[in-house]
Amino acid sequence: MDILETLYGTRAGKFVANKAGLADPPRLRRDRVLPTGPVVLGELDGAGIGHATLELLGITPGQPTLDLPENRTRDENGREQAPRYVTKPGAIVVDATGVREIVQLEGIRALLRPVMRGLEPSGRVIILAADASAVEGLEAKAVAQGIDGINRTVGKELRAGSTSNLVFVGDGATAADLASTLSFLLEGRSAFVSGQTWRVGPQKVAHDLDAKPFAGRVVVVTGAARGIGAAIARVFGRDGATVVAVDMPQSGDALAKVANELGGSALQLDITAADAGERIAAHVASRHGTESRIWAIVHNAGITRDKLLANLDEKRWASVLDVNLAAEMRINAYLLSHNVPGGLAEEARIVGIASTSGVAGNKGQTNYAASKAGVMGLVWAMRDELADRPITVNAVAPGFIETEMTAAIPFISREIFRRTNSLSQGGNPVDVAETLAYLCGPASSGVDGQVIRVCGQNLVGA
Amino acid sequence: MTQRRAVIVGGNRTPFVKAGGAYASASAQDLLTAALDGLVARFGLAGEQVDEVVAGAVLKHTRDFNLTREAVLGSSLSPHTPAVDLAQACGTGLEAVVYASNKIRLGQADVAIAGGVDSASDAPIVVTEPLRRALLKLNRARTLPDKLKALSRIRPQDLAPVPPAVVEPRTGLSMGESQALTTKKWGVTREAQDELSVASHHNLAAAWNAGFFDDLVTGYLGVARDALLRPDTSMEALAKLRPVFGRGDGATMTAGNSTALTDGAAVALVAEESYARGRGWPVLASLVDAQVAASDYVTGAEDLLLAPVRAIPQLLERNSLTLDDFDLIEIHEAFASTVLATLKALEEGGVGTVDRAKLNVNGSSLAAGHPFAATGGRIVASLAKMLAERGPGSKGLISICAAGGQGVVAILEAV
Repeated sequence: MDILETLYGTRAGKFVANKAGLADPPRLRRDRVLPTGPVVLGELDGAGIGHATLELLGITPGQPTLDLPENRTRDENGREQAPRYVTKPGAIVVDATGVREIVQLEGIRALLRPVMRGLEPSGRVIILAADASAVEGLEAKAVAQGIDGINRTVGKELRAGSTSNLVFVGDGATAADLASTLSFLLEGRSAFVSGQTWRVGPQKVAHDLDAKPFAGRVVVVTGAARGIGAAIARVFGRDGATVVAVDMPQSGDALAKVANELGGSALQLDITAADAGERIAAHVASRHGTESRIWAIVHNAGITRDKLLANLDEKRWASVLDVNLAAEMRINAYLLSHNVPGGLAEEARIVGIASTSGVAGNKGQTNYAASKAGVMGLVWAMRDELADRPITVNAVAPGFIETEMTAAIPFISREIFRRTNSLSQGGNPVDVAETLAYLCGPASSGVDGQVIRVCGQNLVGA
Repeated sequence: MTQRRAVIVGGNRTPFVKAGGAYASASAQDLLTAALDGLVARFGLAGEQVDEVVAGAVLKHTRDFNLTREAVLGSSLSPHTPAVDLAQACGTGLEAVVYASNKIRLGQADVAIAGGVDSASDAPIVVTEPLRRALLKLNRARTLPDKLKALSRIRPQDLAPVPPAVVEPRTGLSMGESQALTTKKWGVTREAQDELSVASHHNLAAAWNAGFFDDLVTGYLGVARDALLRPDTSMEALAKLRPVFGRGDGATMTAGNSTALTDGAAVALVAEESYARGRGWPVLASLVDAQVAASDYVTGAEDLLLAPVRAIPQLLERNSLTLDDFDLIEIHEAFASTVLATLKALEEGGVGTVDRAKLNVNGSSLAAGHPFAATGGRIVASLAKMLAERGPGSKGLISICAAGGQGVVAILEAV
């Protein structure tokens, strides 16, 4: 701990920090926990899916308060006040899937204004809209994108750990297809996901929601010995998975602890080995039954070798690309093309880890950004390549996450990284893990080819 | 009754570390627990009950009377897993594998874990005999005057602890001094010893670099590789070392060609063949047979560490095999000269010649270190994997010498 960090921890330091706008950040609601207050549903013309999805989740939505002139009151100074909720809602779902015209956007404004200061802490704004690619006409397409602008701004204006996210509902998607996404967004699992937009289409294979979605299923997690990887393993374990924890032989003891804690198994493996895919399959078959297949593989293992490009040699360049991108491709290629014991299941989930550095670039990280942007490119390319198979490929892009790695960043820089997002704090490893688990859920097979940022709407890469 | 076959499925050990090193504050129980937990993780056995865990230690505290069971209780195995302690000096680890295999063959178990541990850092300290007697008397004393009387018997010189030494009680000679006699008797040269030591280090380093130990070793306390290993050692470097055992010009045994006091633990997973196959486990090699022998070293007629030379011919004869039938031969390197004297004695005894190209090909105790009771588990798991890589029918011979003039030898065969 350096001097500044020590000072910051004192009472005087806290006082100064508060004055400087560095107050303690809000504590986020996490885990499989719904908001306390009512979930309000705002329906605009042509809506329906939002109501049906909430019904599937067993949630009876409350009535929205609309900011219409007749609902406003005047304060003692005679100024108009937006109407207020009597009970603070925990979430508002805005079903704008039927919105095609610019004038209809007013409906969204009227719904959102009363909640901007009226949500409970860690509240949720969830907007459902039609995908721009699925609507006809210039105005409709422009409007779809316009809603994204609303979402991103709302995310920045919300307070006390509340988040805003937009789901573009694909053509033909039903309530059952949307259920896993809406459930994820309402619950604490999405604590650090804000200002994001992604697309949900019809499920490739229909599944119901389940509290233990991975029971009886094998999930392989690379880089599982510590940090984000260990958190990923634990979340999958919590949700019923038989976890195969993979990491370098040098991390064997930490890896064994994770595997034993979860009742899974440990595979000490350098993922850059030419036969890594083969060894993963052989391990799964020999430890978890010859009939077993991999339900999901989480490509979490990654390294950084940061240097300004002016100082970057070919070794640092190559090692990062090999571990973070090429190894993942080799393993996928083997597991996808070989119908072997312990290989990928028919309906497998492949998820990778991109990074906001890959989205926006980051000083000193050309190699890392190349590999992480590459992961995004891979996701999109594989979605198209595997379009006719019931496999989905997705990624998350973490922003600033509190880990051993980020703890090594000098205090001032770390504090800046932490604060430059809409939630004024770093995320926890579990936040990345929850998003990955959502993407891998059996009921999420309509979520394909998406890269979801888990960054608290970080300014970097916005 | 159809013959059940006991097979080696895999193994796990901690990296081995010189006594007083990174494991200095770990107890034998900690080390054995770590080795077990690594094996449990490797095979996904958390919460599972195995039929028996058998292990032991040479340097053992009185508090460790139930060492293996305590290690099981500290591990991720089911608490319903029974355990037994077994001891045969440095033969402990291999004897444990034989014990487990025999139970499996007889149908008393389907799956067992066998191995051993030693921590020279955690060696029990013995108090002087007068102090021990005084303390016992103090314990029995009922009244204050009696207690004071008991305490008054203690003299300052009684307070010095008796340093732990690996000394043969019947000859008063340390292992190294005994071996120095053997070295001289068999005319083993310094050069031959150093050569064997260099080969051990180079072979072990190559195996590490090839990833051979990726599924045999789990790191512990921040150590990921055998810490005694010197990949760059050479004849020149070893030639500079002074002899530490034996006397005068004839002394050839140095710290470079003798094993150091080492901390570590190793276990092997042993199962009945069809049980292993049913679970999809790799069936690396079966334990074909084993033999123990003891030498008459007290009278000086025989050598302390050459008892395997008595056991090997018996074992070969019973199985109608010769040394040439083996693809790999593992002779535990207590000292380089032990191995060389063993080879000479086998040759002179008409048992046969060991092809040096088959000997300790992935290194042995000189490079890896030698936590006494852990050595058998290390060799069994490594050899089983090497044989499996060579294909079904490949045979391997293990020879381990032990204190008390004993020797444990065994045959493994890839299935």
